[in-house]
Amino acid sequence: MMNKRAARTAISQKTKQGSWRRDFHKNWKLYLMVIPVLMFYAMFCYKPMYGALIAFQNFSPRLGFWGSEWIGFDNFVHFFTSPDFPKLLKNTLTISITTLIFGFPAPILLALFLNEVKNVHVKKFVQTTTYLPHFISVVVVCGMVKIFVSPQGIIGMLVGALTGNNSNLLMNPKLFLPIYVISEIWQSVGWDSIIYLAALSAVDTEQYEAADIDGAGRFSKIFYITLPSIQTTTITLFILALGRVMNVGYEKIMLLYNPAIYETSDVISTYVYRLGFETQNWGFSTAVGLFNSVCNLALIVGANTISKKYKNVSLW
Amino acid sequence: MKNKIKKSTGERAFDAVNTTLLILIALVMIYPLYYVLVASFSTYNSLIKSNGFLLYPSEFTIEAYKMAFKNPMVLRGYANTMFAVIVGVAVNLLLTAIGAYFLSRRDVKLQKPISILIVITMYFSGGMIPFYFTVKGFGLEGSLWSLVIPTAINTFNLIIMKTAFSEIPHSLEESVEIDGGGHFIMLFKIIMPLSKATFAVIGLYYAVAHWNAWFNAMLFLKERTQFPIQLILREILIQNNMQGMSEGVGFAEANYVGETIKYAIIVISTLPILIVYPFMQKYFVHGVMIGAVKG
Repeated sequence: MMNKRAARTAISQKTKQGSWRRDFHKNWKLYLMVIPVLMFYAMFCYKPMYGALIAFQNFSPRLGFWGSEWIGFDNFVHFFTSPDFPKLLKNTLTISITTLIFGFPAPILLALFLNEVKNVHVKKFVQTTTYLPHFISVVVVCGMVKIFVSPQGIIGMLVGALTGNNSNLLMNPKLFLPIYVISEIWQSVGWDSIIYLAALSAVDTEQYEAADIDGAGRFSKIFYITLPSIQTTTITLFILALGRVMNVGYEKIMLLYNPAIYETSDVISTYVYRLGFETQNWGFSTAVGLFNSVCNLALIVGANTISKKYKNVSLW
Repeated sequence: MKNKIKKSTGERAFDAVNTTLLILIALVMIYPLYYVLVASFSTYNSLIKSNGFLLYPSEFTIEAYKMAFKNPMVLRGYANTMFAVIVGVAVNLLLTAIGAYFLSRRDVKLQKPISILIVITMYFSGGMIPFYFTVKGFGLEGSLWSLVIPTAINTFNLIIMKTAFSEIPHSLEESVEIDGGGHFIMLFKIIMPLSKATFAVIGLYYAVAHWNAWFNAMLFLKERTQFPIQLILREILIQNNMQGMSEGVGFAEANYVGETIKYAIIVISTLPILIVYPFMQKYFVHGVMIGAVKG
């Protein structure tokens, strides 16, 4: 009895080995071909993940990875107890959640409105103009924002005329959030609406015809037919957006902020940059960055688990 | 034939309001760009005197453009960016196509684990500082290759391309297999010609990304002569660096043209994309659609 089982295991192991051998025999050229791709991922994605271990070191480039002192979780403890931590967390969450609240529904609304337009030329015109800002570089967008909100700029002058306060709007900590969110929506609303338009074009028209017969109006059709039919797309994109919550557009913030408004505009990723590249505090800044990455991962996995359970929508 | 039911007043009102609203939104969105264009052709003095709203250039002049082109850094930056775009896109497309080809084959045992390893990188990364040290460790700091190699594959584009390759009917590929042709013949002679649109889209995505990139260049390049156009723009637009602005001309001259030189430089640096965009719009959109299939 025992012998038989042992024999069977041995055979199955042998065929398993055999199938691997067959696979390599058949596909070795394919594996050879993909090596440069694997090298890219190993060198520029996995090597930095391994390098992130300097978060547990008092890292000095002079001593290198192997020579630097290991200090356990000290960098993390230091960060969580520093007075900067609550401010950074608050700013990061405020900026990204506000962007999410206004920026997430905006492309859905635009797509819904566009979907109701029957005139082809109007539709094409609106699509062309709203997609365009997506292609403009973040440096140019921030440059335009800076010029426009300066006292001589078009928005600065307008605000000056209305309030009588002719100062640079980017020097006012209270105004950073609206400036960031509005410019963000300006740049992304059109492009982000494409995916919803694609989903909308797949909605079964028979449902609308049935609703017409029942005498449903435009708004009730939108609420009871259109929105439910693009639910999967909406949830998928929402999970992805949640995964970016801790990331906020640090490139943009770095280009727009200045020390006068750090109190409302400094976020975790900009802090990592300054801490690393301006004060050479490498281990500590890596720890802060790692904390950020782990939060992102937890958010996206959490959101995905919830949506899988309740809506059966999953990213993987 | 669709039967025409007479629209109710409410329906017509809805259409009118909706159309008007959308056109207004479109105009508001395009105006900042239009303003930059118009302002770049205006004199600085007339710009200051205007109340901020312009429909056409006030006191037409091309002085700002003359001055922008006199600046050696602008042309230099353009050349560096062209290098990153041309060489970068070639490397991007080659590696992305090979990766997508691998992931779209059937009956390959290591495919699943490799694909998982690749997808993980979309959701987790080591962060900015380890990335910097890694690239530096490979000796890429201070080289224009730092704009090309560390960004050789964008995983999102890789997945779009893989989806497109998977949709090619298997029967078309069998002829090569029977002839005993290798994988490169299959990829370049069969798959590439069949998915030209996908290559165009992904190539354009990569090109735009290279054209607009500045962050890695800021991390890895120290010599101003190596800066891509976006870093030169950053000096002029963001850091308000008069040296950057007045190079090739005097301070006084630069002051006279003032802000308008900024507008001119924005136009110069954005124009290539704005010219290509209308022709390519449908391809760009096509890319989002392929990506959406996966999502």
